[in-house]
Amino acid sequence: MRSNEAIQPSVLLRWGDGLLVLLAIIASWQALALWGGSDVMTTPIETVRHAVQLTGQSRFWPHFRETATAYSVAAIVAVLGGLLMGIALGAHRLTGEVFEPIFVALYSIPKVTLYPVVLLLFGLGIEAKIAFGAMHGIIPVTIFTLNAVRQVNRTWLRAGRAMGLSPAQSILHIVVPATIPEIVSGIRIGLSLALLGTMLGELFASKRGLGFLLMSAIDVHDVRTIMAIALLISIFAWAMNAAMLAIDRRLHQRI
Amino acid sequence: MTNEHVSFRDVEQVFPARGKQDPVHALGPISFAIRPGEFFSVVGPSGCGKSTMLDVMSGLTRPTRGQVIFEGSPLDGTVPDGIGVVFQEDASFPWLTVWDNVAFGLRRRGVDAAEIRRRVDYALSFMGLAAFTKAYPSQLSGGMRQRVCIARTLVMQPRLILLDEPFGALDQQTRLLMGDELLRLWRETGATIMLITHALDEANLLSDRIGVMSARPGTFISIVETGWAKDRDSTLAELPEFGAVSSRLWALLRSESMRAMGQHAASRSSLAGKAA
Amino acid sequence: MGKAGLIRIAVILAAVLALEIACRTGAVPPSAVVPPSAMLASVYEILTTGEIAHDLRLTLTAVVIATIIAIVGGFFAGLIIHGLPRLRRTLAPLLAAYYAIPHLAFYPLLIVVFGLGLGPLIVLASLLGIMAMIIATLDGLDHVPRVLLRTAAVLRLNRWSEMMLVRLPAAFPHLLSGIKLAFSYAFIGVVAGEFILSTAGLGHAISFAYDNFQNRRMYGLILIAIGLVTLVNTTLLVGERRLLTRRGMR
Ligand SMILES: Nc1ncnc2c1ncn2[C@@H]1O[C@H](COP(=O)(O)OP(=O)(O)O)[C@@H](O)[C@H]1O
Ligand SMILES: [Mg+2]
Repeated sequence: MRSNEAIQPSVLLRWGDGLLVLLAIIASWQALALWGGSDVMTTPIETVRHAVQLTGQSRFWPHFRETATAYSVAAIVAVLGGLLMGIALGAHRLTGEVFEPIFVALYSIPKVTLYPVVLLLFGLGIEAKIAFGAMHGIIPVTIFTLNAVRQVNRTWLRAGRAMGLSPAQSILHIVVPATIPEIVSGIRIGLSLALLGTMLGELFASKRGLGFLLMSAIDVHDVRTIMAIALLISIFAWAMNAAMLAIDRRLHQRI
Repeated sequence: MTNEHVSFRDVEQVFPARGKQDPVHALGPISFAIRPGEFFSVVGPSGCGKSTMLDVMSGLTRPTRGQVIFEGSPLDGTVPDGIGVVFQEDASFPWLTVWDNVAFGLRRRGVDAAEIRRRVDYALSFMGLAAFTKAYPSQLSGGMRQRVCIARTLVMQPRLILLDEPFGALDQQTRLLMGDELLRLWRETGATIMLITHALDEANLLSDRIGVMSARPGTFISIVETGWAKDRDSTLAELPEFGAVSSRLWALLRSESMRAMGQHAASRSSLAGKAA
Repeated sequence: MGKAGLIRIAVILAAVLALEIACRTGAVPPSAVVPPSAMLASVYEILTTGEIAHDLRLTLTAVVIATIIAIVGGFFAGLIIHGLPRLRRTLAPLLAAYYAIPHLAFYPLLIVVFGLGLGPLIVLASLLGIMAMIIATLDGLDHVPRVLLRTAAVLRLNRWSEMMLVRLPAAFPHLLSGIKLAFSYAFIGVVAGEFILSTAGLGHAISFAYDNFQNRRMYGLILIAIGLVTLVNTTLLVGERRLLTRRGMR
């Protein structure tokens, strides 16, 4: 009861501040739109209205489905592949030492430049987007998982054995709880990058998907559609990240 | 001020509640004074508020209630000139060499270069660091880094030196030797020293008076006068009186330490209940 | 070099060799991948003829300007945000979501605002890089050990000296990784921009080669781009290693 009273004003304050920032963003957007004219940017209200209208059209949904499918598959491949590689590399010391620098190097090279290669290997269909998205996402998941597994304290495992845990029990009760927070951080970054990769794939060479809609709007200089799609993508990206971040924070709080 | 270099008047420190945690009443109310030129030690169970007391005495933290008077004037929330602090943690700057670390404070004061060199070289050789002037802290052991911090404090020629468990990382033998160094330093500079320690023998050996702290919130349950001569050193430990003071300190602290452990273990009582 | 390092080199060489063989035997069609030896030969040709000099200069100009804007802007923005905890708490979700938003979606708008040429590329690339620097600056300032700040207080430093002589040196390793990231992001921003909508630059040259089925040349250009980034990254990394070793952080 007492702690409730102590918390409430600060929560209100925080929401108030958040609202203020949102308003500031919308206000500067509005100002930019008015200053630049409708050739450059549409106002927030127009953009939202057009986004709603766009999602009401039947031609929108096949593109949406394409992007959603490509992204989902890329995300699944990135997360599962990253987990598997990270665990394998983290559990075996030497393998980890051999491959970690390679992954770190791959992480820091500009993967955009590799997109034409992906196209040559996978063709112009959805496979290329999936591959490109997965390529972006898999590396952070691998690196974070690798480090999490490697840093499981040997003493905890010894203590577990001393308490008579079986290997399976050790994994369930020691390794998993110890590694989950780091791994979730990796997954969060991996999911963001996989989205970026998928979107890049659609922007460069693609005949379907939201990225394709965006590019065709650019070709005919349809500012309203450009803005509406950019808004939709941003909202989706933001919401996904916020959800992952909330989980991430929760898990990290314990430490 | 004649007989009080620094004094506490009804000082209390309460850390406000954070999140789901209750407020922590860390210190006081506590009133006492340290005399000019005195070697005063503070012992007490861990977590009883010793470091908090040091923060308040140095002016780093303004106490929740009460007043600290240093050389006749109350502290106002900043560290006054004339106080030097050696912290419990390693506070050497990792980006500076040993020499530059020790010279750091003097340079900020605009002391002229020749004087800086004189003081720094002296302090370094005094602390046995003359061979390491160009080394970076990372190349030194924990004990040597702590000596760098002591040297950095010394060159400022403080009139009151506060040390928070400065030898915590050292083994017993080195501790004794460092204690002798500290006594030498104290005699040579004529500074007032307040030393926080958890080693009773160390406090006994070094101090004119020893404040024995209660479990949290920390107050002095007793202040023990040792009556040692000013030119003492670690050979003092062989005297029978030394043993008497040590037993006295331990007797005072035993129940407090148990209480302090009880504070930590309060939540465990349910476990004991279940087992019974 | 340790055992792991030797094995790593062997693994990489084996992979390259395997690719070479696969290409030569036709297991991988030349329409998809050219042999590594041909890629290297292509790099050599492109560099010696100097035909790419113009594109490279444009790309590098944009990358350098964008990196500088990102570093300087990000640093000062980070400093200000760090000094205003309430602003920071409010901006936190925005900072966290920044890289989740596909910035390239806004590239067309930038073209409309800034016209064709280097302008929109630089803006896009600095926008990408700046947040890395902001976050690194915040991170660095957050991780200054409290005891060093208390030391500064005992030595009676004023706010300016505390910042310049204690906070920034203590935060420097973090700032350095921010600089590294800012460069990487700026490069990605510029090349991606050149890919989509540009008539010059390294990214455009790569996509032009792709469109015209000049695979050998395309792979050569890609290797040059990657080599360039790796060169800069390695240089920064060596500096970082040295710094961290001196500070005993490694
Ligand atoms: N900034 C702070 N906020 C909340 N609690 C604190 C803070 N600093 C110290 N405490 C608490 O105050 C008590 C005394 O701490 P401290 O003075 O460091 O003890 P000691 O130095 O005697 O071991 C401890 O319970 C500690 O957890
Ligand atoms: Mg302490």
